[in-house]
Amino acid sequence: MKFWRKPLDIDEIKIPKGEVHIIKDRCKGCGFCVEYCPKEVLEISEEFNKMGYHPPYVKNPDNCLNCHLCEMLCPDFAIYCIEKVEEEGIIA
Amino acid sequence: MKNVKHPMDFYLRMDRMPHIWCTGCGIGLTATAFVAAMEKAKLDTNKVCVVSGIGCTGRFAGYIKLDSFHTTHGRAIPFATGLKLANPELKVVVVSGDGDLISIGGNHFIHAARRNIDMVVICVNNFIYAMTGGQVAPTTPLTAYTTTSPYGNFEPPSNIPQIAESSGAVYVARWTALHIRRLTNSIFEALNKPGFTVVEVISPCAQYYSRINRLGDGLDMMKFYHENSQIKHWEPTDNLYIDYQKEIIVGKFVDRERPTYSESYKKWLGE
Repeated sequence: MKFWRKPLDIDEIKIPKGEVHIIKDRCKGCGFCVEYCPKEVLEISEEFNKMGYHPPYVKNPDNCLNCHLCEMLCPDFAIYCIEKVEEEGIIA
Repeated sequence: MKNVKHPMDFYLRMDRMPHIWCTGCGIGLTATAFVAAMEKAKLDTNKVCVVSGIGCTGRFAGYIKLDSFHTTHGRAIPFATGLKLANPELKVVVVSGDGDLISIGGNHFIHAARRNIDMVVICVNNFIYAMTGGQVAPTTPLTAYTTTSPYGNFEPPSNIPQIAESSGAVYVARWTALHIRRLTNSIFEALNKPGFTVVEVISPCAQYYSRINRLGDGLDMMKFYHENSQIKHWEPTDNLYIDYQKEIIVGKFVDRERPTYSESYKKWLGE
């Protein structure tokens, strides 16, 4: 991540990392998660699920900040994210 | 599929999933917001009941893993009133659509608000009777097309926050299905407030309302809400009429104190 100046508390701040999990067979392909993900992590895939819809796939897994917006905006309870615990989360 | 565990599965009847709501519908988002608000409020799940009426939103009670009941058309509030009076410890939540609560159950809505019975009413407003095939509803905006208004609707729509406020509700808020965090907060506040609380959710109907009016799919309706909704807290409720494809004012409009029905009843009996 680029900063226009170095933040003063850069040593203490840890950017959270998330891991998106998609339950493909529940998805109805509405595209809300893809449209409203603030970090553009997801994209609609070409493959079909059991019901014949196109579920999303994780395109940029490193961008996820664990904000849970995709989880909240999914009407079918098909996507969730959990926090990725890593020691390398401190930005340098 | 059965081995995968979504964090919200605890509050859902997973044997009934996938639910019947169409692609791009906002009722699933209302369910998400309700579950998130329940998780946030940390209420005892044995003390919360969900009652719903008939219609697309009427299926809500069947998918939530709490004590729930799917009543006849428009009679969700009378059933909830009975539940609350018989067991005042319960937290009663009514989730239903605009056709169910404002049209057929309109009288019950007004009188429950007048008595200030302690319940949360979540009214999902999708401007149409969606389950029965897209007939004109009391909330359909002027000039909108439906299957029973093929030349455009000429009946003035009703304004749900104004009805609720003038009848005596203590908490009135309106959000679109896109304002999911604010909607969750509103439901959380309503769950913690004693008295008749109303949360209106403007929800896209991707199969009937937007198809007949050629407004695109659910995602296009969401983009329209994103561009055309304005947050104005404490706006006077007579300004809240929704015109066809015009700006939608959302926010928290009423938050006041009134003695609830149970309190007045106990006071009257001298307890």
